[in-house]
Amino acid sequence: MRLITTQLARKGLLVLSRAAAFPALLATSAATWAAPGDAVVDEAKRWVVNMTEGVTAVSREIFDLHMLIFWICVGIAVVVFGVMFWSMLMHRKSVGAKAASFHESTMVEIAWTVLPFVILVLMAIPATSSLIKIYDTSEADIDIKIVGYQWKWQYEYLGEDVSFFSNLTTSQDEIYGRAPRGEHYLLEVDEPLVIPINKKVRFLITANDVLHAWWVPALAVKRDAIPGYINDAWTIVEEPGIYRGQCAELCGKAHGFMPIVVHAMEEQDYNDWLVEKKKEAVEIAKMNELILPLDEMYARGEEVYLQSCAACHGVDGKGGVGPSMVGTAITTGPMQGHVDVLVNGVQGSAMQAFGNQLSELDLAAVVTYERNAWGNNMGDMVQAVDVLNYKKNQ
Amino acid sequence: MGDHGPAKGFGRWLYTTNHKDIGTMYLWFSFAMFLMGGVFALVIRAELFQPGLQLVEPEFFNQMTTMHGLVMVFGAVMPAFVGLANWLIPMMIGAPDMALPRMNNWSFWILPFAFAMLTSTLFMEGGGPNFGWTFYAPLSTTYAPPSVTYFIFAVHIMGASSIMGSINIIATILNMRAPGMTLMKMPLFVWTWLITAYLLIAVMPVLAGCVTMMLMDIHFGTSFFSAAGGGDPILFQHVFWFFGHPEVYIMILPAFGIVSAIIPTFARKPLFGYASMVYATASIAFLSFIVWAHHMFTVGMPIAGELFFMYATMLIAVPTGVKVFNWVTTMFRGSMTFETPMLFAIAFVILFSIGGFSGLMLAIAPADFQYHDTYFVVAHFHYVLVPGAIFSIMAAVYYWLPKWCGNMYDERLGKAHFWLSFIGLNVTFFPMHFVGLAGMPRRIPDYALQFADFNQIASMGAFLFGFSQVFFLFIVIKTIRGGAQATDEVWDNPEGLEWTIASPAPYHTFTTPPAIK
Repeated sequence: MRLITTQLARKGLLVLSRAAAFPALLATSAATWAAPGDAVVDEAKRWVVNMTEGVTAVSREIFDLHMLIFWICVGIAVVVFGVMFWSMLMHRKSVGAKAASFHESTMVEIAWTVLPFVILVLMAIPATSSLIKIYDTSEADIDIKIVGYQWKWQYEYLGEDVSFFSNLTTSQDEIYGRAPRGEHYLLEVDEPLVIPINKKVRFLITANDVLHAWWVPALAVKRDAIPGYINDAWTIVEEPGIYRGQCAELCGKAHGFMPIVVHAMEEQDYNDWLVEKKKEAVEIAKMNELILPLDEMYARGEEVYLQSCAACHGVDGKGGVGPSMVGTAITTGPMQGHVDVLVNGVQGSAMQAFGNQLSELDLAAVVTYERNAWGNNMGDMVQAVDVLNYKKNQ
Repeated sequence: MGDHGPAKGFGRWLYTTNHKDIGTMYLWFSFAMFLMGGVFALVIRAELFQPGLQLVEPEFFNQMTTMHGLVMVFGAVMPAFVGLANWLIPMMIGAPDMALPRMNNWSFWILPFAFAMLTSTLFMEGGGPNFGWTFYAPLSTTYAPPSVTYFIFAVHIMGASSIMGSINIIATILNMRAPGMTLMKMPLFVWTWLITAYLLIAVMPVLAGCVTMMLMDIHFGTSFFSAAGGGDPILFQHVFWFFGHPEVYIMILPAFGIVSAIIPTFARKPLFGYASMVYATASIAFLSFIVWAHHMFTVGMPIAGELFFMYATMLIAVPTGVKVFNWVTTMFRGSMTFETPMLFAIAFVILFSIGGFSGLMLAIAPADFQYHDTYFVVAHFHYVLVPGAIFSIMAAVYYWLPKWCGNMYDERLGKAHFWLSFIGLNVTFFPMHFVGLAGMPRRIPDYALQFADFNQIASMGAFLFGFSQVFFLFIVIKTIRGGAQATDEVWDNPEGLEWTIASPAPYHTFTTPPAIK
């Protein structure tokens, strides 16, 4: 009970004090329409009122369909509201209108039942043909598996041994207004999905924890990422460029902070990139054989921690959505248990299995960091090879 | 039985079995919830006023979107309609009271407990429900805060209240009509509520089943919605929306009834196409059961499923269109005046139609791939719920308040309230179409810079709309406390039995059934 009341007081005060700042906020921003220092948004993008036409045949088809239905609706609205406003102007008591007494007409009522039905059939025809096209995921040139995690995306190029995570790069300082916001605020990632243009790319979409949805408006692809299911979608991008989207299914705290960036490039560039990525993978495998000193492991671990763990466990390790890690049975207990939690996650909780998300070196580094940061001071460490052996032997 | 009045003190309200008292309590309760849900909405809009996080953290933001939805749907709109049903149905059909007065008391009094429990979760360790009002699993099961159990219990109580309320309404309408009041002579508000009540009885148990499965998954080791245990997260959505789509019509059908009462009065012309209104309402209710998966176009259904749900959803436009055409034709060649209830009713027809148009656009599955889970959807359902459900409730309050309390409201103030609300809601929700089409997902606490301008406008509209409702509270209280004496008819020759009794309506009415022409 005590806990509840203090919680209440804390939260209440927080909201109140912040709400009190709101009028001031209104006054400062009304003049500028954005916080000072933020990137200036292109005038053309500021007042966008319509869907993008996109850069694929399908996205253009959807755009046309959208506009067709929109104009039909506008047409109906003009007629219906026209009659209504005309009546409101001409048939008002104040201009001496006398009320008629008619109250039914079978002919009229049948007509306005049948006519809308016919219009609907006309709408359904193009909609059906578009849908059939969108559902034809056969004969893809490239298959990419997309996995949604709280709160990042993993891209795996099937058959290519290339796989990586794509994380938001917008800083906490920008989000909390301590630094000016950049042009692609909240829509920028460390590693975009790279695809070639003019190739049929098939996406196989699933999720690791909760539901997510992978959405890039310019591609007109939106599919839910669902644990236990693999959904498919496809695209043929026609113009090289960088296309941005966001997760479109509420997935928890950082739902608004897991953008999608697609970099579409010429086929040759794509192939070069792929070769480069494969080389990187080999290097990472080599790194796993390294034995590093404690300070290097600690420094690397801190980086990994901030990227992958801090969202739940807090920058200072004191917890948040996830539990605190300061002086706990896991972070100051036996090494094996600590490695196990990271590699396999905790069943039935929000703690994910990071075994396949991070390299062995990064897993070892973050375990080392957690055991030595925030006054845990265990003084021990674990190496990549130990994690590798642990994974093999379990 | 004679003419005895209400008991004195708080006991009157606690023990009452009088349909008017219970109706009043429902309406005040719903107004309180409307203001609370409104405060939650204003927290959301305040945070979205600018890019970046200024006022609340994302965890709390998610609790606000969730609680706003739950409180508005289950706390504000539904109890308001039940309150109106309690007040009006017996007076409209010439019955002395509801058929099951004790259950009536019970179905109201469990509601405050349900909402106290739901609201208390905000102050619990881990916070309140943060998974959206649609509470998709597994975010609402494996990944939910511990308070989810209170949420489940609260939903169960709300469901029980709704089911009891519906049984009562059906029993009243089918058994207690004055002699001569055939079904096809009933006012449309009674008809729409009869159909709504059947919808409620059909789908509230589905919701109860849904949350019970959640409860089992969370506490008793089952895996209904967990793929890891052989269950199915999409099953959750099918079950939820099998409840959820009829629920949407539960919130709009009684509104159709209200508007069908108000427009003829102020057009001084009988409602056009009464019979087709009844059939259209029944058709909408039927269709509401076979369109649920249009909320799930992006889950990866087989194409046959997509097509079926797309076609079925588009069909709803037919009976809904019939209704709109009927209202417009009722106005056509009438002799119209524009008192406050009429203003709200006309705004209802126009703005609800706009919500209907965006609904038709959303029904087109390929286009929905771009609209789904964006602010376009938020704009759509607020256009059908705010100027739809909420405006109809306000229209009803202005229309029948003189009958309830015997005083006329201040017409000038009523019109001011209407215009403030009308402007506020359009400034709030119209720009949401734009940001949605431009690519802003819903349920995000922070957004990319290009969405800033329209969000700022929407936030300003929201505060205007919100504060206008405090003004509404003032107008209602002022009317109850005094004002010009209302005549028994109140309006210029309105239709319906409720206008044949005195204003204010006596504590007991129609103790002997009226004669029906």
